Amino acid sequence: MAAKAATSAKHSTATGSLRRDEVFWAYVFVAPWIIGLVVFVFGPMLFSLILSFFNYTLGRDYAFIGLDNWIRAFTKDELFWPSVGRTVLYAVVTVPLSVIGALLTAILLNQGLQFTTFYRTVFFMPHLVPVVAAVYIWVWLLSGSYGLVNEVLFQVSYYLTGKGIVGPNYFGDPSWALWALMLIALWGAIGGNMMVIFLAGLQGIPQELYEAASMDGAGTLRRFWNITIPMISPTMFFNFVLASIAAVQTFEAAFVGTAGGPAYATWIYGLHIYEHTFKYFDMGYGSTLAWIMFIGLSVFTYFQFRTSRDLVYYAGEGR
Amino acid sequence: MAQHAAHVDRTSSRTRSSSDTLAAALRLVKRFGLHLIAVLLGILLMLPFYWALSSSLKQVQEVRLIPPILWPPNPQWHNYVDVWNVRMFAGWYWNSIVLTVIATLGTVVSSSMGGYAFARFRFPGKNILFSITMATILLPQYVLLIPNFLLFWKLGWLNTYLPLTVPFWFGSAFFIFLFRQFFMTIPLDLDEAARIDGASYPRIFWSIVLPLSGPVYATAFIIDGISQWNSFLRPLIVLNQPESYPLSVGLRYFVVSPNDGQPKDHLLMAAAVMMTLPVILIFFVGQRYFVRGVAMTGIKG
Repeated sequence: MAAKAATSAKHSTATGSLRRDEVFWAYVFVAPWIIGLVVFVFGPMLFSLILSFFNYTLGRDYAFIGLDNWIRAFTKDELFWPSVGRTVLYAVVTVPLSVIGALLTAILLNQGLQFTTFYRTVFFMPHLVPVVAAVYIWVWLLSGSYGLVNEVLFQVSYYLTGKGIVGPNYFGDPSWALWALMLIALWGAIGGNMMVIFLAGLQGIPQELYEAASMDGAGTLRRFWNITIPMISPTMFFNFVLASIAAVQTFEAAFVGTAGGPAYATWIYGLHIYEHTFKYFDMGYGSTLAWIMFIGLSVFTYFQFRTSRDLVYYAGEGR
Repeated sequence: MAQHAAHVDRTSSRTRSSSDTLAAALRLVKRFGLHLIAVLLGILLMLPFYWALSSSLKQVQEVRLIPPILWPPNPQWHNYVDVWNVRMFAGWYWNSIVLTVIATLGTVVSSSMGGYAFARFRFPGKNILFSITMATILLPQYVLLIPNFLLFWKLGWLNTYLPLTVPFWFGSAFFIFLFRQFFMTIPLDLDEAARIDGASYPRIFWSIVLPLSGPVYATAFIIDGISQWNSFLRPLIVLNQPESYPLSVGLRYFVVSPNDGQPKDHLLMAAAVMMTLPVILIFFVGQRYFVRGVAMTGIKG
C-alpha cells in the first residue's frame, strides 16, 4: 500500500517534471509575444481609453474632462459625422465589390485553363504595388487633361459617335474624388490576397460533389449556387470580415492622393484621426476618435459573426 | 420540359467522349471566351503599369502635353539614373532597405517562436492566450498608434529608428497564426523520438522542426518584407528629418516641394517604378511560397 503510493507519487513527479520542463520552455518561446502584448497592445489600449477622458495636448498637462471629448465628437465636431458617412460609403462599396470580384477572378483561374499561372501572376501584380506609389500612378492615369483614362474615353467616344466625351478631373472634382480612391482599392484587391485565398478554397471543394450533382442533372449555375457558394462561404466570411476592417481604416490613399480634398470630399475617418492627433497633437480627442472607431468596428464584427451562423456553411459541423 | 431534355442530352454527351463534335465545339467556344475574359482583365489591370512606365520615360515637356503621348518617341532611360540624384532618393532607398530587413527579421524570429509554442506545447493559459492573440488581428491600428506614439515620445525614441524596428521583435498575431498553422502539420512523433534520445526542447526546435520549415519562413519573410517596405503611417508620424525617411514617406517630396521649381512628374513616376520593382522581383522569386502561405492562413481561419 505504502509502496504503491510511493511509486505513484514518484510516477507523478516524473511526469510532473517532464511537464514542468515543457511549460517552462513554452513560456520561454512565447515570452516575446506576451511582453509585446502587454507593452505594445494592452497597456497602450488601456492608456488610450483613459486618455479619451482627458484634455491632453502633447507636452502639456493632463486635465480630466469626463465625457467632453465623446460629446464633442458626436455633437460638436462638424467633420465627424460626414467623415463617418464617407468611410461607411467607402466600405459599403469597396468591400462587397472586392470580395465578389476576387471570387469571380478565382473562379476564372480555377477552370483549368492553359497559362493559369501566368494569369494569376498578372492579376496579382497590382496588389504588390506600394499604396503610395499606386496613388501617384493613378493620379496621373486619372488626371483630367494629361491622363490616359480620359484620353482613351475621348478617342473611343469620338470614334463611335463622332463627338468626344471629355472626362472629369477625377481627383480634383468633389463628386468624383472618393470614387477614384475606391477604384484604386478595387484595382489592388481583385487579384490580390483575397483571390489567392478563394482559389485555395475552391481547390479544396471535393470534385465528387460536382460529379454527383451533374449526374442528378444540375446545370452550371445550379452547381455554382448549391455547391460552390455553400462550400466557399467560410472563406467568403473570412475575407469579408478582414476586408471590412481594412476598408474602415483606409488612410494612405486619401492622405497622399487628395489630402482629404477637394472640399473635404475624401475626408475619411482615418484622416480625421490623423489630423487631430498628429497635426494638432490633441492626443485626448484623437484617442476618443480612435476608440469610437474601435467600438464601432467591434459591434459590426460581432454582428457579422452572428449573422454568419445562419449564412455560413461549415462542412463537418454535423447539424 | 424540352429544355430539360436538351439539358440531359448535353450533360450525357459531355460524359461520352469527344466524338460529339457539337459538344466539342461548345467547349472550344467556352474556353475561348474564358481566355478572352482573362486577357481583357489582365490588360485592364496592367494599364496603370504601362502608364507609369510610359510617363517615367518622357521628357519634362512631354509629361504635360494635351493630348497626352501614349508612348514617348524617345524613351528617356536616363530618367532612371537621374532619379537617384533627386532630393535624397538614394538615401531613402537605403533607409527603406535597412528598416525592412531589421523589422522583418524581428517579426519572423519572434512570431515563429510564438507560433511554435502554440503549436507544439501544452501550457496553462494556452487557449485563452491564443484567443486573445487571434482577437488582436481585428484591432484597428489607430487605438494602438496614439498611445504607442506617446510611449515612444516618453522614451525619447522619436526621430530614431527604434519605434520602426524594436516593436517588431515582439511578435505579430498574424504571423504567429501562420507559423502555428504550419508547425501543426509536422508530425509530433519526430519530437517524441528526439525526446526519448534526450534532446532538449530548444534543440528539437533547432535541429528537427527548423530544417523542415523552410517554406513557412520564406512565406513570412516575403509577406512581412513587402508590408514593411510599404509601411507609411508609422514612419510618417515618428520621423521628421527628411534624411531619415524611408522611400514611402520620401516619395511625397517629389510632389510636395520640388526644389528648383521644375516639374518632376516624370521622375516621380520613375521613383514609383523603382519603389515597386523590388517587391515584384521578390514576389517572382518566392511566388510559390507566397501563394501557399496566404492560402494557409485563409483556409483554416
